[in-house]
Amino acid sequence: MEVLINAKKTQTTATNLAGLVSELKMEGTFALALNQNFVPKSQYAATAINENDRIEIVAPMQGG
Amino acid sequence: MTTNNNQAWLLADQQIHSRLLIGSALYPSPDIMRQAIQASGSQVVTVSIRRQNIGDRSGQAFWQIIQSLGCHILPNTAGCRNAKEAITTAQMAREIFGTNWIKLEVIGDDYTLQPDPFDLVKAAQALIEDGFEVFPYASDDLVLCQRLVDVGCRIVMPWASPIGSGKGIMNPYNMELIRKRLDKTTLIVDAGIGKPSHATQALEMGFDGVLLNSAVALADDPVKMATAFKHAIEAGRLGYEAGTMPQREFASASTPTLGTPFWHQG
Repeated sequence: MEVLINAKKTQTTATNLAGLVSELKMEGTFALALNQNFVPKSQYAATAINENDRIEIVAPMQGG
Repeated sequence: MTTNNNQAWLLADQQIHSRLLIGSALYPSPDIMRQAIQASGSQVVTVSIRRQNIGDRSGQAFWQIIQSLGCHILPNTAGCRNAKEAITTAQMAREIFGTNWIKLEVIGDDYTLQPDPFDLVKAAQALIEDGFEVFPYASDDLVLCQRLVDVGCRIVMPWASPIGSGKGIMNPYNMELIRKRLDKTTLIVDAGIGKPSHATQALEMGFDGVLLNSAVALADDPVKMATAFKHAIEAGRLGYEAGTMPQREFASASTPTLGTPFWHQG
């Protein structure tokens, strides 16, 4: 199915966020929001993803 | 007698010595950023989050440098334009950085980067209920600052002038009024500081601290400018604690005139 990851159309076979993170080989420090709602890491496996979901994956950056 | 320039004070229940909060953006290089933060003596560093491109490790490298400095981390919600975006960003930042501190920015105008006062208060209230220690970036509007206190903010950060403008305190009357009326609130001047003397002025007014970034990062020599701000802030605080003399509308000779040669009663 197709989802939007950081506003980019992406094909995935994952059915939940844990599967998606594994498929993308995400590592290091990051956090995630699904359809503008924060999802804690502890909930990735229990959070299903659906066609056209909007997923934001963020990491640390410089800030003022 | 010696005076301790860096007496400890409490910021969100944390005992710290420096009254300078410093940003981590816009430096010419990561190493100059590290040196400047160390030279500033600051114990609170602001950071942010951004979209992670798959395979991009730059954010991780940055985070390792910041962690090595041993400072308190103050993540921001830069770029958010409504309460919903700010709340979600704050929650993501809390998980990434492992702190409940959040510098809450909700921008209402792209030209001035002036905060949206309505969504700022709304987001502050929701985040406090969710267990955050909210450091709201506000304008120099007394009523906005008061409303932020009303919803539970223990710290409020009115701007000196628009972010990155370097204009210093645009409206000293407003700032003095905020300091006077919110005398129990920790007040940090955030944004618009351009020169060390601007920071001194803020501390002389009785503000508890200053948060700045561009003034150091965009200086010709950021490390030297960080040192200048360290001293300027210490000077301002000492001046405030010492109590400034009252202003007068007339001259008053400092050298006693009685008994000076050629003295005569006027």
